[in-house]
Amino acid sequence: MPTLDAAFSALADPTRRAILARLALGETTVMELARPFEMTQPAVSRHLKVLEGAGLIARRIEGTKRPCRLAPGALASIDKWLAMLRKALAANYDRLDGVLAALPPKKQPVKRKDKR
Amino acid sequence: MTKLTLKTEGDRYVVVSRRFAAAPEAVYRAHIEPALIKKWMLGPEGWTMPVCINEARPGGKMRYEWANGEGRSFYLTGEILKLEPHDRIVHVERMHLPDPTPDNHVETTFIKDGTGTLMTMRMTLPDAETRAAMLKTGMEHGMEASYARLEKVVAAPA
Repeated sequence: MPTLDAAFSALADPTRRAILARLALGETTVMELARPFEMTQPAVSRHLKVLEGAGLIARRIEGTKRPCRLAPGALASIDKWLAMLRKALAANYDRLDGVLAALPPKKQPVKRKDKR
Repeated sequence: MTKLTLKTEGDRYVVVSRRFAAAPEAVYRAHIEPALIKKWMLGPEGWTMPVCINEARPGGKMRYEWANGEGRSFYLTGEILKLEPHDRIVHVERMHLPDPTPDNHVETTFIKDGTGTLMTMRMTLPDAETRAAMLKTGMEHGMEASYARLEKVVAAPA
């Protein structure tokens, strides 16, 4: 699953995560991206190249500019991990409902001090 | 029952909550007593927990081993940091896939909610590399296929 690995390592960098957060607001040029990050354009371009390689952003050509935007389904790989966790936990807790229902009821009548 | 909610908090945590019909005491017990843990903490359909050790005391060790009956297995080790019956469990755990993942610090709280319990589990979001490894392991273990089955099959324990 090369894309997934690339996506995870691309996202490991805080600057790249910030760039993605900015792109979530809409399409942007490299120049506009460089400004808030106090980085040179070549430095931003290097990050963009990593993000593009990981399939997280898409770029198009418009004259001399190459505006970039979030790729459709860009964050799907992280979502996939969270979805897997959610499913495993949901299955667990549904079973736990059954386990709890089968526990012998020992409620109000039994008042014990079990502070240890 | 209310469905599970799962959300990320910043880029470091995952917070899971769910409501149970039973009292906090019961839900708490089900999280530390091996005989109960083995009945539910199994992940997708088809997996069992042949080994379940939980020395339920501060400093106590945990070791959970899962197997799918087709030669696949992995395990988790951990240590209990705090136990506050029947309110709160704090522990640290790591998966062995087989290489150990970075420590996952987990805080689980049980709050009385009417006649039931609101359970909230706050855990450390694994780093990107660990997530990738877990996802890969999940795929190798055929979890996706299991989930697909799960949607069709009405619990048929082996």
